[in-house]
Amino acid sequence: MSKSHMLALFTDFDEASNAIRELKASNLPGFNLKDVTLKSPIEHPEIEELLGKRPVYVQFFTLFGALFGSIGGFLFISSSQATFLLQPKGGKPIIPIPPDMVLTYELFILFGVYITVLGFFIGAKLPMKRHKLYNARVSEDQIGILIKAEDTAMPAIKDLFTRHKALEIIGEGSK
Amino acid sequence: MINTFEDREVAVEKRFIRKEKDIREDIAWAQINKDVLKSLERPRMLFWVIFIASLALFMVGVACEIYQYQTGMGVANLDNPHVWGLYIGTFIFWIGMSHSGTLLSAILHIMHADWRKPIYRFAEAMTTFSLMTAGLFVMVHLGRVWQFYYVVAYPNERWTWPNFQSPLVWDATAIFTYLTSSMIFLYIGMIPDLAICRDNATGFRKKFYTFLSLGWMGTDRQWANFRVTYLTVACFLIPLAVSVHSIVATDFAVSQQPGWHISSFPPYFVAGALYSGCAAIITLFIVLRYVFRFEEYMTMPILEKTAKLTFAIAMVWTYLNLVEYASTWYGNDMYAKQALIYRATGDYAPYWWMMNFLGSVVPFSMAFKRVRNNIPAMLVISILLNVGMWLERWMIVSPTFANGIYPWTWDHDQWPSMIQWGIVAGSFGWFNMLFMLFCKIFPSVSMYEVKEMVYHRSIHTRETEASSINQELAVEGAAS
Repeated sequence: MSKSHMLALFTDFDEASNAIRELKASNLPGFNLKDVTLKSPIEHPEIEELLGKRPVYVQFFTLFGALFGSIGGFLFISSSQATFLLQPKGGKPIIPIPPDMVLTYELFILFGVYITVLGFFIGAKLPMKRHKLYNARVSEDQIGILIKAEDTAMPAIKDLFTRHKALEIIGEGSK
Repeated sequence: MINTFEDREVAVEKRFIRKEKDIREDIAWAQINKDVLKSLERPRMLFWVIFIASLALFMVGVACEIYQYQTGMGVANLDNPHVWGLYIGTFIFWIGMSHSGTLLSAILHIMHADWRKPIYRFAEAMTTFSLMTAGLFVMVHLGRVWQFYYVVAYPNERWTWPNFQSPLVWDATAIFTYLTSSMIFLYIGMIPDLAICRDNATGFRKKFYTFLSLGWMGTDRQWANFRVTYLTVACFLIPLAVSVHSIVATDFAVSQQPGWHISSFPPYFVAGALYSGCAAIITLFIVLRYVFRFEEYMTMPILEKTAKLTFAIAMVWTYLNLVEYASTWYGNDMYAKQALIYRATGDYAPYWWMMNFLGSVVPFSMAFKRVRNNIPAMLVISILLNVGMWLERWMIVSPTFANGIYPWTWDHDQWPSMIQWGIVAGSFGWFNMLFMLFCKIFPSVSMYEVKEMVYHRSIHTRETEASSINQELAVEGAAS
């Protein structure tokens, strides 16, 4: 069965969340709640109560970046100091821990930030091409619900959106 | 009839304080987009006046640098013992200025202070551009600019690795980390707004914003990842900002120079950095509010809160300043004590006293609500505070060189040459030019955060009203 997309625009978040709530309860054949995407001008974390947790793996990237920065940074600095093994150090340690900690700390933050941002790009799937049903009003003041469902389910979904006072419903041809 | 103290206070308030409201909760979101996007199109004439004046000032700095480059560092009037002059003093000033962006965007973000939302974007931009300006002084101060690569850590056949135990290398690493991280922080926080710009632009601008917005569509998944990323980077930036200025302080504190070898220098530097940064935010707040017609968003309550924050930090700085004087005075280091006496009575005394006056006495004017709500007064005060903070940095550097441990330094008073002054002036031109350009190209008020702010405030108001109605009904029910 072929699937297609539909975008419904709502004036506010309450209307949109009511529509999703009913959609969730409807158990429509040919429709899966995982295929619902909320598009909004601001963040609405409360939508996760309806749609479930959105995948966020940024924290694992942060952990990796921070560990890589601190361990790699210390190894980088200490190995470069170790190249001076032949130089007289006047009895001072070849790898002095306290001053090296300062640079290790900076590199811990440097790579922590860089790799966190890399994780963000991967998690948020950026950069990406905008969906053909993207509507600029979503970046202004309207809430969009983008769904992907089988063509047979589309009329019922459209009807549901209309009942929930969707301002506009935009569909696309079957893929 | 004014009889009591309270009556008098009310009368004063009515007369002098303009009752400015905060951002309206019922403001249309489309209007927020429209107002902010308008700032990218048609600023007031003052924008061009500031931009052209800044460009001219920057060209003066460039000319001075070219002359110094061609002729040698002698033209800067730097010599031994005055190896650091205005260049390093101004370098510290610009590093310090950068801290306000982190304070407003990261610290207040974590503390859920929503009043920061309309103003944090330009504070973050200020951080980035002031760090870029500070970086220039490292080059200028080197003199032999073409040998800059000597300080960069890279392996080569001569094994000329930098000395990793030197605070100067810590400095370079910390500043590089801070500069790139704050640029990333600024950019990441701007992506949703860049998407708004993309959706409303045409022609070349549309292509430009489309490229920068990376295809942002505001999906729930993007917002969820965005929230965690922004918070995580904010958490990284706070200790980073503290470490950067602490490390700049160790450039001085780990030396044996009198007046510098002080354990309270790192917190003193951090407090000074936040102080000058907050004062700069007030200045730029007032300028942007007028130039880009942001009266609706950069409201008087926000200015008042920023002024209170600045006043609090000014008191911390004053306290740490007094701690420094007291520990030097009562300490056993005769050279350090002599350096302090020299600051207060020697050739630099007028500037040292002016620094203390501007940094510690002038902020008391912000204790008065009437002053905090007076825009021209706040503009003048914020500029004076930053003059004081710039003098502070100069008074850290030069008097110590003029009164070091060795007697031969004691008759080496040095006045900066016109070349030094020209380059310092040029740095202000460079900063202003970049900052104004940024505000013309990118939204300097965060549209999505202002929307979030009014959205959450309106929910809060609705909930409060509903609960008060419920209470009234309950009381009526009990009575009947």
